[in-house]
Amino acid sequence: MTHGAAPGGSGGVPPRGSAAERRAERLVLLSFGITFLTGIALLVLYVAGGQTQLEGILLTLCLGGLGVGIVIWAQRLMSSELRIERRHPIGGDRHRIANLGEALSDEEGFTRRTLLIKALGGALAGLGAALALPIFSLGPAPGRALFETSWRAGARLATIGGEPVGPDDLPVGGVLTVFPDGDDIDPNAATLLIHVEPGLLRLEGDAATATPEGFVAYSKICTHAGCPVGLYRAAQHILICPCHQSEFDVLAGAVPISGPAARPLPQLPIRLEGDTFVAVADYSEPVGPSFWNMGR
Amino acid sequence: MIRRFLRPPPGTSRPPSRAERAGPADDAERDPPTDLERLAMWIDTRTGLAGVVRTGMRKVFPDHWTFLLGEIALFCFLILVLTGTFLTFFYVPSAALVTYEGEYVPLQGQEVSAAFDSVMALSFEVRAGLLMRQIHHWTALVFVAVAILHLCRVFFTGAFRRPRELNWVIGFTLLILAMAEGFTGYSLPDDLLSGTGARIAYSAALSIPLIGPWAASLVFGGEFPTEALISRFFVIHVMLLPGLFFGGIAAHLAFVVLHKHTQYRGGPAEETNVVGRYFWPSQVFLSTGLFFLTAAVVALIGGLFQINPIWAYGPFEAAEVASPAQPDWYVGWLDGALRIFPPFEPTILGVTIPSAFIPGVVLPGILFTIVALWPFLEARFVGDDREHHLLDRFWERPVRTATGSAILAIFGVLTLAGGNDVIAFYFSTEVESLTNLFRVLTLVVPPLLWILVYRACKSRRDRSQEPVETHRPPRGGVALRRTASGGFEEVET
Ligand code: FES
Repeated sequence: MTHGAAPGGSGGVPPRGSAAERRAERLVLLSFGITFLTGIALLVLYVAGGQTQLEGILLTLCLGGLGVGIVIWAQRLMSSELRIERRHPIGGDRHRIANLGEALSDEEGFTRRTLLIKALGGALAGLGAALALPIFSLGPAPGRALFETSWRAGARLATIGGEPVGPDDLPVGGVLTVFPDGDDIDPNAATLLIHVEPGLLRLEGDAATATPEGFVAYSKICTHAGCPVGLYRAAQHILICPCHQSEFDVLAGAVPISGPAARPLPQLPIRLEGDTFVAVADYSEPVGPSFWNMGR
Repeated sequence: MIRRFLRPPPGTSRPPSRAERAGPADDAERDPPTDLERLAMWIDTRTGLAGVVRTGMRKVFPDHWTFLLGEIALFCFLILVLTGTFLTFFYVPSAALVTYEGEYVPLQGQEVSAAFDSVMALSFEVRAGLLMRQIHHWTALVFVAVAILHLCRVFFTGAFRRPRELNWVIGFTLLILAMAEGFTGYSLPDDLLSGTGARIAYSAALSIPLIGPWAASLVFGGEFPTEALISRFFVIHVMLLPGLFFGGIAAHLAFVVLHKHTQYRGGPAEETNVVGRYFWPSQVFLSTGLFFLTAAVVALIGGLFQINPIWAYGPFEAAEVASPAQPDWYVGWLDGALRIFPPFEPTILGVTIPSAFIPGVVLPGILFTIVALWPFLEARFVGDDREHHLLDRFWERPVRTATGSAILAIFGVLTLAGGNDVIAFYFSTEVESLTNLFRVLTLVVPPLLWILVYRACKSRRDRSQEPVETHRPPRGGVALRRTASGGFEEVET
């Protein structure tokens, strides 16, 4: 290793006893002093009950004093002379590679047994397959879960508090998040019940009959990336997802009219039973974000 | 005593150096060992490391402020480990429901998860708990920022070229790990905001054709939202990723020692030398000082600026969403991509390509792959596979600098697009027209910037008199050495 150094050897260090040296030393002492004092102050503050902003400031001074002191010490009182070190190319020596190759292959009991090497590869592949087993325990097979919610025919529409919902609970222009009546709340069954003036809805066939008295129910889970569609602009009859601003037209079957969502919010068919709403059936298509085999 | 060991006290004549000594054996007897030397001897006779340590102390490290970025990132990591360890002593990784009975009145009596409850306790009841939490969160944000700046420094100066390509890949992997750490940490308080991020990640995983539903189920333990999410993310956040981190950082630093640091051109700097200061004491002191300064800065931010006030968001509820939901800054570009990508969901041969797939999976996949493999791509296109230890000035490599700028521009525009609702609010415009604007900008700005930067670099390079290639054959050549008179002399290899 070849080292060189700048001439003189002082490397920018102020001469012993000079004013510059004393000034630097005083600065370092001051900084360390600040650290000491603020450290004590932090302790006192802690015992006194603590206060986040004050703690932050004191901790900053405490750490900063140490940092500043050490840096000044190194910059002003230590030699900053440039050193030069030789650099050697990284590897690339043919002979070494040849030697390595030899060392790798001079055990014939290993290199000549090509059949065994292949068999070893096969065995390791088998081991890999075996190791995959615990990985599959990490989550249930997707199965039908993505296609279904806990809505069933006849399930009453209820608030999250379990109150059944009827036509009187929601004025025109109102919106309510409902779940199937029951003990367990299935978050993916979250549904928006919206009351619009009858006659405005532009739905056809079964979709139209499943909207008693101008009440229509759509899944609350955004078909884009699954956020709850939280905002309803009643004047325009538009549902807005706050995550990426997809907008859905409530009157036309919650088709996306703006934003990145590509699929309408599925409609929950409902009817009136006495004075509460009940589901006619579960959603006929998967709710929430799309996945590759959702069409099956 | 230490001082005495390092430097002879004033007044005494300099002891003869080893080379000047005639007989080292009897010399050692004449000179009784100091306490420090005895300690060193004790350790050396048990480890045999004295030589290695001495070599390490005398390693030369080049000085430049841009070389500090990587160090600051490392220090941020250490601060995260320290504050994070404190937080784990109080955090409860459980989704089980409890009734909140803490000091924060508005939420009293509400059903919240044990995780949320414990973070509330950390924020209100544990002394200095809120400070630690805020420092932890802020440091995570600074960590990613500094790591990205470090990556930019390495990129635009060409420090990733042979022999450092592997270290580039390791470093980039560390950045991905850092973002994964940030993301999993973001989800742990189980507040309304954190659930939103996890939900979108779940949807992105779900959107992958053929394996999506499986992958999402395996990572999240079923269909979102799952009970397992909190405990899983906790284990990933405090054990799995930090473990990978320690290994990655060790390898990253080992490579720096192995390759020796790169340096800027100028002065005595050559491809065949390293010009700088000794590791001990100069660099050790400077780095230690820098650590405390980094800690001081994040302590100040963490102490004074509130972040993630979960009590204001409230606990996670599957059917609710915080609005506006803003993710941590380095995820913003993904959010932006999801926002402005057109509603495109084709079904090809019975396979639906979900609308979140291209912006949420394909786009980041492509961008990350390009960045990760850049050293190899550049070496191939430029046809330069030689060793490089001298750094480029950014304008010397117009194509590289232009490409890097264009990639940064993509991230920049998408990040802005991620705040399109906020921008729309402040400028009272329609979100829709902003979205269209951002669609155009995403397509136009990067190529435009590429051309501009390319032109600018090229003209700057043409104006420069200096030759771009000052490459010296690394083998069998000569090296420069400073002479006693302050000049330089060439020495044979
Ligand atoms: S999740 Fe609703 S728009 Fe993206």
